[in-house]
Amino acid sequence: MAKSDRMRFPIYLDYSATTPADPRVVDAMLPYLHEKFGNPASRSHAFGWETERAVEQAREQVAALVGADPREIVWTSGATESINLALKGAAQFYRDKGRHLVTVRTEHKATLDTTRELERCGFEVTYLDVKPDGLLDLQQLEAALRPDTILVSVMMVNNEIGVIQDIEAIGELCRGRGIVFHVDAAQASGKIPIDLARLKVDLMSFSAHKTYGPKGVGALYVRRKPRVRLEAQIHGGGHERGLRSGTLPTHQIVGMGEAFRIAKEEMSSDNERIRALRDQLWSGLSEIPEVYLNGDMHRRVPHNLNVSFNFVEGESLIMAIKEVAVSSGSACTSASLEPSYVLRALGRSDELAHSSIRFTVGRFTTREEIAYTIELLRRKVSRLRDMSPLWEMHGEGVDLDSVQWAAH
Amino acid sequence: MSYSAKVVDHYENPRNVGSFDRSDASVGTGMVGAPACGDVMKLQIRVNQDGIIEDARFKTYGCGSAIASSSLVTEWVKGKTLDQAMQIRNTQIVEELALPPVKIHCSILAEDAIKAAIADYRAKREDEPGASLAPSKLAAAA
Repeated sequence: MAKSDRMRFPIYLDYSATTPADPRVVDAMLPYLHEKFGNPASRSHAFGWETERAVEQAREQVAALVGADPREIVWTSGATESINLALKGAAQFYRDKGRHLVTVRTEHKATLDTTRELERCGFEVTYLDVKPDGLLDLQQLEAALRPDTILVSVMMVNNEIGVIQDIEAIGELCRGRGIVFHVDAAQASGKIPIDLARLKVDLMSFSAHKTYGPKGVGALYVRRKPRVRLEAQIHGGGHERGLRSGTLPTHQIVGMGEAFRIAKEEMSSDNERIRALRDQLWSGLSEIPEVYLNGDMHRRVPHNLNVSFNFVEGESLIMAIKEVAVSSGSACTSASLEPSYVLRALGRSDELAHSSIRFTVGRFTTREEIAYTIELLRRKVSRLRDMSPLWEMHGEGVDLDSVQWAAH
Repeated sequence: MSYSAKVVDHYENPRNVGSFDRSDASVGTGMVGAPACGDVMKLQIRVNQDGIIEDARFKTYGCGSAIASSSLVTEWVKGKTLDQAMQIRNTQIVEELALPPVKIHCSILAEDAIKAAIADYRAKREDEPGASLAPSKLAAAA
């Protein structure tokens, strides 16, 4: 197939790893690097007043996308820091109330590694399984809650399979018991509506660079009514009401504000187009034999498709489709040889977990790019299967589960 | 993960992909690895009456380095006696393909595949002619 002159290669289909900053975001940021360089904490002159105004406008823009009060938004360096502040901060503040935390096996490492650290500090953590569709069983969650449970942390949208957890119902379960509820929304902002005025969520973590903003900035929502308290994790000049010290990176914050403003205005039309592209991709890929969709298709963000190409190993497939930028498992773990722990948690076999590719489309994806990707996958999967002893055995009718494999 | 030029070459132009009839008395088949670990290699050798490996085939499920390692050893074993082929070491594969430390297991698997194929061929020669191994038992030969 001839490469069209209009397409740029490689085709980027990894929008859940990161998004390019929208050109409007870049335009908004630039003045704050040079002309408007003041420290927003400088109260004694116009340089500081000017950037403080910009920071507060961005705070309003972020709050507006998620139905929060601007005073509930704390700037951080990204979702990882937000999650660390939320989990460590709440656990430490409420430690005299109880030492038990509940989270989910399919959370991002930013959560799981933080809860491991809290375990080393004397907290006890329950890791809930998910159903085969990737969603949490609410009865199982309810059963895990104890009188000494102080904190529940659940991601709104899974980074690998894109499934959306029932945050509203989980919030109800937690609020009734006085348990602090943290939600990792790094993959959710700008993808699905979030209304914190309605959701019973106490803490919510956000990232800018997954929503067409710059890398290196994020936010933590900290509910005021009922008030949630945190122990600060970074100490210094007492910025952000003492919750997160450090000079505010004005340009980054302005970029996040602009990115979230655009998301609020364009989310519904953007997502309609993106969903059509994702559905076009799945309709093409699902014609290949022995292809499996990972995660529920309906309770799922519009831009994510996670597919296992049975009998083909994911890393070699990624190498075969180098004209397309995708990821196997998640970008954070793809350097390791372990199959995706998220897919394993869904009960997928190791083979299918090893054979998975995550495609995430976005604002700048085109129909031509999707058509090219489908055709490329058809050819390359077929080529790798011709090379695969497992595909050969499958063709001969050998049940691969009955074979005594020599693990190495 | 960035690959060496040699890995990319073997991956894009794999040598000797395919299968021989595993019931043929002159064919030895080695199948090593496990789907759960992300690599399975099947290496087959065809041995002539002088005990020389005259041809080889492979099929591999695995990463680019696993495919390249198995493609490379099909070239290396050709023309060798069984004893000479037994001398191929994974470290030679690592060196030839410039494999990074995380991919050394691919070279070990390729060395094991040669040994398993030779062991299978030798086991067949000891049995009476015509006897063959059930395909599903072969994978355990690592």
